[in-house]
Amino acid sequence: MSRNINESVLTAFKVLVAIFLAFLFGYIVLYIMGYDPVVAYGSLIKGAFGSKRGFAETLISTTPLIFGSLGFILAFQCGLFNMGLEGQIAIGGIVAAYLGYTIPGLPPFIHITICIIGAAAGGALWGLGPGFLKARFGIHEVIGTIMMNYIAFDVSSYLVSTHGPMKDRLTDMPASPFIHDSAKIIRIWKGTRLHWGIFLAIFFSFVVWFLLFRTRIGYKLRAVGKNQFAAEAGGINVPRYMILAMVLSGLFGGIAGGVEILGIHYRLFAAFSPGYGWDAIAVSLLGLLSPIGIIGSAFLFGFLRSGSILMQAIAGVSKDMISVITGVIIFFMGMSDPVGNFIKDKLLRKLYGNSV
Amino acid sequence: MPSIIRMENIVKRFPSVLANDHVNLEVEEGEIHCLLGENGAGKSTLMNILYGLYSHDSGKILIRDREVRFRGPADAIANGIGMVHQDFMLIPVFTVVENLILGAEPVKGFSLDLEKAREEIANLSEKYKLDVEPTAYIENISVGMQQRVEILKLLYRGAEIMIFDEPTSILTPQEVDELYKIMNFLRENGKTIIFITHKLKEVMEISDRVTVLRDGRVIDTIDTSSTNPHELARMMVGREVLFRVEKPSVRIGKRVLKIENLHARNQRGLPALNGVSLDVAEGEVVGIAGIDGNGQTELVEVLSGLRKIDRGKISLYDRDITNFTPKELIDMGIAHIPEDRRLRGLILDFHLYENLILGFQDNKPFRRGVILDLKRVKEWSSELVEDFDIRPRDIDVNAGSLSGGNQQKVVIAREFSRNIKLLVASQPSRGLDVGATEFVHNQIMRVKAEGKAVLLVSLELSEVMNLSDRILVIYEGKIQAEFDPKKTTESEIGLVMAGGHV
Ligand SMILES: Nc1ncnc2c1ncn2[C@@H]1O[C@H](COP(=O)(O)OP(=O)(O)O)[C@@H](O)[C@H]1O
Ligand SMILES: [Mg+2]
Repeated sequence: MSRNINESVLTAFKVLVAIFLAFLFGYIVLYIMGYDPVVAYGSLIKGAFGSKRGFAETLISTTPLIFGSLGFILAFQCGLFNMGLEGQIAIGGIVAAYLGYTIPGLPPFIHITICIIGAAAGGALWGLGPGFLKARFGIHEVIGTIMMNYIAFDVSSYLVSTHGPMKDRLTDMPASPFIHDSAKIIRIWKGTRLHWGIFLAIFFSFVVWFLLFRTRIGYKLRAVGKNQFAAEAGGINVPRYMILAMVLSGLFGGIAGGVEILGIHYRLFAAFSPGYGWDAIAVSLLGLLSPIGIIGSAFLFGFLRSGSILMQAIAGVSKDMISVITGVIIFFMGMSDPVGNFIKDKLLRKLYGNSV
Repeated sequence: MPSIIRMENIVKRFPSVLANDHVNLEVEEGEIHCLLGENGAGKSTLMNILYGLYSHDSGKILIRDREVRFRGPADAIANGIGMVHQDFMLIPVFTVVENLILGAEPVKGFSLDLEKAREEIANLSEKYKLDVEPTAYIENISVGMQQRVEILKLLYRGAEIMIFDEPTSILTPQEVDELYKIMNFLRENGKTIIFITHKLKEVMEISDRVTVLRDGRVIDTIDTSSTNPHELARMMVGREVLFRVEKPSVRIGKRVLKIENLHARNQRGLPALNGVSLDVAEGEVVGIAGIDGNGQTELVEVLSGLRKIDRGKISLYDRDITNFTPKELIDMGIAHIPEDRRLRGLILDFHLYENLILGFQDNKPFRRGVILDLKRVKEWSSELVEDFDIRPRDIDVNAGSLSGGNQQKVVIAREFSRNIKLLVASQPSRGLDVGATEFVHNQIMRVKAEGKAVLLVSLELSEVMNLSDRILVIYEGKIQAEFDPKKTTESEIGLVMAGGHV
């Protein structure tokens, strides 16, 4: 038991080192490019934490990142790579918006629940396709999910295009009508856009953790992910669990999109997600593919997203600098084993002798 | 004879174990020197130190009486030492030549001089009778051939001292004979060979001298000609080892398994089983002998529900179970020891307690609604770890971190821990050392003693001979003959295995 604790401490340590090194790297790049790194990082932090609004925006970005990462993890634990989260988010958004403005006269709680369930179902359907193709015909899920992305993006632009069926006739914008008030997720901090979604996301993180590590379904899903041949011999229906994993994965992508519409935008427009589905992959890796770990990494990414706006405004550093830093974090994560071992071998051993 | 290698008082400590405890090893020039020891005795560690992969905590290494310090394998190679590891280090999509020149590519101007390398490698292959095709792709050649490519790599790099780490564990009996020939030929050409194994038979057959390791310590170094398998086993295990299993006398009861005219195809869709019929009764062990690739794998897969059949009928206690799913067969009481425990038997990245319920994850008492009752799972696993003497006694470790013998114990513990009617055991002692093999055999005999039926499939003829009540020989997907192990010889069976007739 003590060994397990040691190991998780070490892993957490590695993550922190990776993050630190990435920021150090960013610091150097900023310096070379002629910016003042101190001002840039200062405005980044100030942007994300310095004001009520900034902090709210951090949490607002954190929310879809958590949902998306839960989706990514569910597929990954079953050995599958869901590259279709961005498309599943789009579908979730479409369904949530549609149910949000078409159904009138419901009590808020019921209306919101219906919209979220609809969004989840839409995303799940988007995961079902590639999951089925993978399980039945062995078609790689990366290809299947990316294909489904294109369909989702095109469907969503079509729906709100000039003659699209969901286009709001009262405006020139390529957007749907606004959802009813009863479908809007309640905001919880006056003067900001922060809504209940963040709590829902954290709640679902624990649900997914429980599902994966405490239920029989989770056991079987992980067994397929770790060794499908032994799982098969152990009486587990491998194709069934592959499909299930993709469906659950897509389901959370759908929720991410739905909650974003119901809590922030209140209407559908094309590409309403600024790439949350892609960021979710990095968030999942940084969160060590743990449903609890990603709460932390999603928050970090949320912070970077929200802080980068002020950084761009004050220090004149392009928001894209953030993509560089997140990329480098993932890079150092990938190297964290060699790095971690180096620290363990050379430093800790020096301090504590051979007993490490 | 002058000693070419002397390792003196080598100590190597890993975080949890003392892998080498003041080890002394002296190897003479031009000999085949065996390192014998059970899994975990420290053989690979010692050789990895010699090869420069690990650094030792203390001790000295002398090559031709000159002390050396290797900072990495490159230094070892420069000193004429080469090693073939348990897992090969070849790139599947490269050719033999491309693999061999990797890291030391010959150049002509700005381009690779592949032709020169190919010629050189072809010559070496011919000189040492390795029969390697230099332009073949690694992924297209057999495991035995890949091993010879590894040997060729050492020769190409000019190795004089060659370390083979358990080279036979992945080979078929024929390939083992080939390897012996090559090793003898290498010795005749002045190479020195260190041969790691835990199989006594191999020590006796091939080596000049043998050093026995146990728990990281050297027990002794002796001339092979002056010892015998019994003495070696005792040195290796530290106690007396019985080579003959005690067969319990059990009344043969009702017929349990009946297979009629079974036809099935292999992975590539070619016929693998061409009308197999057999039956196994209560208290009976039926052994299937045969050379690898004659349908054994497919037969076991069919019996565990992993392969559908084209034609035929399988019944258990007269109930038709043809083409049942793995889950149905498990629930019917068929236990399965797969031939590849790391692939089919265990989930290496899962905790022991997760592995110990694989197959019954949906059964009582672990099922509590949708929840997997981890408390029950852990209690139950702790008992099994105790009962079956699985080491370490820690259900939280991953199965992948266990030695082969303990991994097999996990499979056996799991499969035997419930009420079974039939055991299908495929190569149950594959890759295990003497002690673990003895354990596995005793467990199978225990199942027999309880009046269960056992179908034993093994490539080791001696195992089939020792354990079975009846021996069936499989050849090209058909049962060719039946033998009574008390009234036959290995050579008689061997003849049928090779396609001959009685
Ligand atoms: N890299 C390593 N880290 C930690 N322990 C190791 C390592 N390599 C081997 N060991 C341990 O050292 C002991 C000897 O292992 P090894 O030399 O591989 O034995 P053998 O080759 O004789 O089977 C075992 O207990 C093994 O678990
Ligand atoms: Mg070894």
